[in-house]
Amino acid sequence: MYELVGEPMHVPDGFLDAATSVGTGAAATAGVAVALRKAREELDERAAPLAGLTAAFVFAAQMINFPVGVGTSGHLMGGALAAVLVGPWTAVLVMSVVLLIQALLFADGGLTALGTNITLIGIVTVAVGWLVVRALLAVLPRRPASVVPAATAGALLSVPAAAAVFVLLYTIGGAASLPIGTLTATMVGWHTLIGVGEALITGLTVSAVVAVRPDLVFAARDLRPALKLRQPDGSYVDAPRPASAATPRRGLRPVLVGGGAVALLLAGVVSFAASGQPDGLEYVAEDQGFLDAAREHAFGGFALADYGEVAGVPVGVAGVLGVLVTVAAGLALFRVLRRRAARPEETSA
Amino acid sequence: MSTGHGHLLYRHGDSFVHRLPAHVKVVALLAFVLIVVATPAERYGTFAAYGVLLAGVAALAAVPPGFLLTRMVIEVPFVAFALLLPFVATGERVDVLGIALSADGLLAGWNIVAKGTLGVVASILLAATTDARSLLLGLQRLRLPAKLVEIAAFMVRYADVIVSDMQRMRVARESRAFEGRHLGHLKIVARSAGALFVRTYERGERVHLAMLSRGYGGAMPVVDGAPAGRDAWAAAAALPLAAGLVAAATGWLG
Repeated sequence: MYELVGEPMHVPDGFLDAATSVGTGAAATAGVAVALRKAREELDERAAPLAGLTAAFVFAAQMINFPVGVGTSGHLMGGALAAVLVGPWTAVLVMSVVLLIQALLFADGGLTALGTNITLIGIVTVAVGWLVVRALLAVLPRRPASVVPAATAGALLSVPAAAAVFVLLYTIGGAASLPIGTLTATMVGWHTLIGVGEALITGLTVSAVVAVRPDLVFAARDLRPALKLRQPDGSYVDAPRPASAATPRRGLRPVLVGGGAVALLLAGVVSFAASGQPDGLEYVAEDQGFLDAAREHAFGGFALADYGEVAGVPVGVAGVLGVLVTVAAGLALFRVLRRRAARPEETSA
Repeated sequence: MSTGHGHLLYRHGDSFVHRLPAHVKVVALLAFVLIVVATPAERYGTFAAYGVLLAGVAALAAVPPGFLLTRMVIEVPFVAFALLLPFVATGERVDVLGIALSADGLLAGWNIVAKGTLGVVASILLAATTDARSLLLGLQRLRLPAKLVEIAAFMVRYADVIVSDMQRMRVARESRAFEGRHLGHLKIVARSAGALFVRTYERGERVHLAMLSRGYGGAMPVVDGAPAGRDAWAAAAALPLAAGLVAAATGWLG
């Protein structure tokens, strides 16, 4: 019998308002839908057992606590780690399932906040971590050990990136009028510290796996030296790589992950701005003005005045509809882009 | 439930709430929590009424208050954040015991505590009355993609195998006088995590081969009992409906 995770980092119910929660829910659904299609390339038909076991591993690894600073400790989120080990699309599925099970069976993370949690921990950390890893692997020497510094950097950046997206979501759907500059600095600063722990444990874990089974590390698959075959005349030739190791669409993947993440985020944000809630942008503007100008300037009751309206049904419903429409449009665009991206490959193959 | 399908929050029982199909409960819970989250923070009475509704469900499900309270520690970090809000939020100041606090911040803090607590209690009630197997069946009936349900099923089935694997590693470390005291010791713990991943992945490969040899073709056979009857839906809808009525009665809608 396993123990309950002691220190949750998952957003509970009520942190963000209903419309934002439904919006992130739609964004998360779209992200998971795309990941479901793309994950087939990474794990073929073994997807379910291996992804399920990886989910169990992430669930277990999240219980590893490490000291962050004086008397406090953080624990692994695991998005970047999962992306490096099993590939970004499978990692999105794995993280989403872990968060779903934690919300439903462990009451960890609110049910209405599930979309927010999947977006932050399941999609943003995986996407940022993976993009950083790909970028670094492009410049690092081509050998499996290069995955270790790449994974470390990816994990380091993935955590403050998730914190920054949380701040963004909070400015859209949070209740209190916090000074944005301070909130961003505090959240991102604190999570950079947590990111250091995440980076250390991710890098060391990946290094341990690369040492024994480099073939299991998805990010290192193409970095292994080719098998040398000795010819009858004594010369050596490279053995052809097995089909599974050849990933013709590799170059596209980071673009798709990054583009998908940005599209989903924009879908959430833009639709909120467009759905009759001037709240987010106005809020930032006023707040920045407030920070720059005078400390005494009290736009007191600003958030409060808007609050009833924001949480009221009509605006809420409009916001939700706006988000759904935008996400649908984004998905359609995504599909068109994908088809176009796939075309040159067909001719070259 | 000896096969690892039991989980820590589950309380074996045979109450009316236990017998409701899982997918009906998940939908009812989601509707209820959405109503809670959409309620404006200043309607204090409405939140109290929601609490009474949940207490009613807890009584019906025979979940003791002590059980709920001990499980609620999970939201403590966010309560801490909520307590900070009155001090850091901007806007109009009000004097509370001689300290100038932000009115917005107070309301927002209360908002987080009230909604977060109601959400956690509702989630605990779901987890306490639903075992993992019926939850997975419920997710399947809710048309969650089959692949996701399968991944979740494998995760739930193997989570305690993997976690106990991890705990055996910890015992092995500690029996060799290892103590994780500072960041430098992280290397050893991370090595174990790496080894744990290799073991887990290899176990996954073995499981997959075993399944193939038993005729697995890429999708699990769908085992589905009778769908939920109309009365089950009606019973489960009582909670969000009551919450909606309370919200309407206290002037939110009308």
